[in-house]
Amino acid sequence: MTAKTETMTLNMGPQHPSTHGVLRVVLELEGETVLKAVPHIGYLHTGIEKLAEFKNYNQFITATDRVDYLAPMSNNLAYCLAVEKLLELEVPLKAQYVRVIMTELTRIASHLVWLGTHAMDIGAMSMLLYCFREREMIVGMYELVSGQRMMSTYFRIGGLYYDIPPDFESRTREILKVMPKRIDDYEDLLTQNRIWVQRTKGVGVISAADAIDWGVTGPSLRGSGVKWDIRKSNPYSSYDKFDFEVPVGKNGDVYDRYLVRIHEMRQSLKIVEQALNSMPKGDYIARVPGITLPPKEAVLNEMESLIYQFKLVVHGFNPPVGEVYQAIESPRGELGYYVVSNGTDKPHRVKMRTPSFVNLSALPKMAEGGLVADVVAIIGSIDIVLGEIDR
Amino acid sequence: MDNNSILEKIKNKFADAIVETVEFRGELTVVIKKEKLVEICKFLRDDSDLKFDHLADVSGVDFLERLPRFDISYHMYSIPKNHRLRIKIKVNENEAIPTVTPVWSTANWHEREIFDMFGLKFDGHPDLRRILMADDWVGHPLRKDYPLGYEEVQFTFNKDRPPELIK
Repeated sequence: MTAKTETMTLNMGPQHPSTHGVLRVVLELEGETVLKAVPHIGYLHTGIEKLAEFKNYNQFITATDRVDYLAPMSNNLAYCLAVEKLLELEVPLKAQYVRVIMTELTRIASHLVWLGTHAMDIGAMSMLLYCFREREMIVGMYELVSGQRMMSTYFRIGGLYYDIPPDFESRTREILKVMPKRIDDYEDLLTQNRIWVQRTKGVGVISAADAIDWGVTGPSLRGSGVKWDIRKSNPYSSYDKFDFEVPVGKNGDVYDRYLVRIHEMRQSLKIVEQALNSMPKGDYIARVPGITLPPKEAVLNEMESLIYQFKLVVHGFNPPVGEVYQAIESPRGELGYYVVSNGTDKPHRVKMRTPSFVNLSALPKMAEGGLVADVVAIIGSIDIVLGEIDR
Repeated sequence: MDNNSILEKIKNKFADAIVETVEFRGELTVVIKKEKLVEICKFLRDDSDLKFDHLADVSGVDFLERLPRFDISYHMYSIPKNHRLRIKIKVNENEAIPTVTPVWSTANWHEREIFDMFGLKFDGHPDLRRILMADDWVGHPLRKDYPLGYEEVQFTFNKDRPPELIK
């Protein structure tokens, strides 16, 4: 009698706690080995790109928060930079610095959520509680500057929504004081932890060449040893004025991607500190009549400002015909906004090149040939946000 | 490499395939003929001076009243050389587009998204299925004649030929 072997198809998700949202992966298994992994996405599709074509340029900033709800400021920034490029708008230095501080804090907050959930997936429950405790401080900063804890919409085309409040500096310094020690604590819990190392080392390996071929960007690419960070290669928003390092891994496994993100948090703190120490004085938004709102006092006292405010709110502005692509380094990788203008007050097309979408497409490359239990670790290590994948 | 030398390089090799070049806000766009797409992409990836190894994005844009109706933009970047380029082709509805998946594997999902959102087909794509919308979805949401809600929009120029629905 001959033994009959057959593969098993396992459906993982869409409702699965470790898929970080509503990702569905269909796994073909032979015993515990994954032969084939096919991600199915779209469960969170909201048609934000379609919505963009029906909103004027300023109105759409609010929607960009919802794309990547763990890094709203990065999305605001990428979109605003793209429209500013279209308009050839110069942003005041102070606004650029505040943008840097806020996006770097966003990076830390986003990495904290990643670390907490990723560690919980693998079994280190307490990490989630520690990480969310620290994230609370950064979410508090969001509330301080914009009045909102998550969907901040703090950046505006041309600068910021409002000037930084008086206790902005002291609150940021508090984070700078507390965080390094806390990151050390996380490392104490995980970096040398035998279970953690066994679950992550040599798991989900992707080589540098494969990662580039599959378009992987951000910490997931740097984990494979490619030293490419858009903040360094194409500096935007004054990133060239700050001194920081780009951490890279070697083996391209889950463990290296973990180390890269941990070190990125430290580097982000370094950038925030430099920006805070050298914070320039000046206006928080470019004063371009017809494109940015005039100051409230002027609106109340001057006829022209009142007209400008009215015109802008009712009609918006009409950028020149053309198309721009602006990429930034979001916590997850290359976040690009491709904005096509047809000269009217609404964009003709806004395409978001979201890093999670592309990074997830490389999941089969990382998961196939591994064990089924490792799929959870791999999904965690590429740090996906389903809102950003499905848009 | 700056935009001019990139353009020069492409011009030297594929002078007759270039339809139009545009430089706007420091970004170089080269509109090329569809037939030469894969060949040019291979050249851009492999040439030792250009080395466009990272295909950042593939986007579709619908210009409803224009013929050819759609733009497909390929945003590429070179990690070792640090330069960007946008290659563009213009296609009509029902026109098959050559796939660039053999050049960059990452094009797989981008092209699926364009298929899903615009209904454009890619010749030779290994796995051309809908990606964001449900498999049995009718229509292509990012087409300009696909409304936000309510009914299909009829324009004077397409009144005899209502927007095509996918079977």
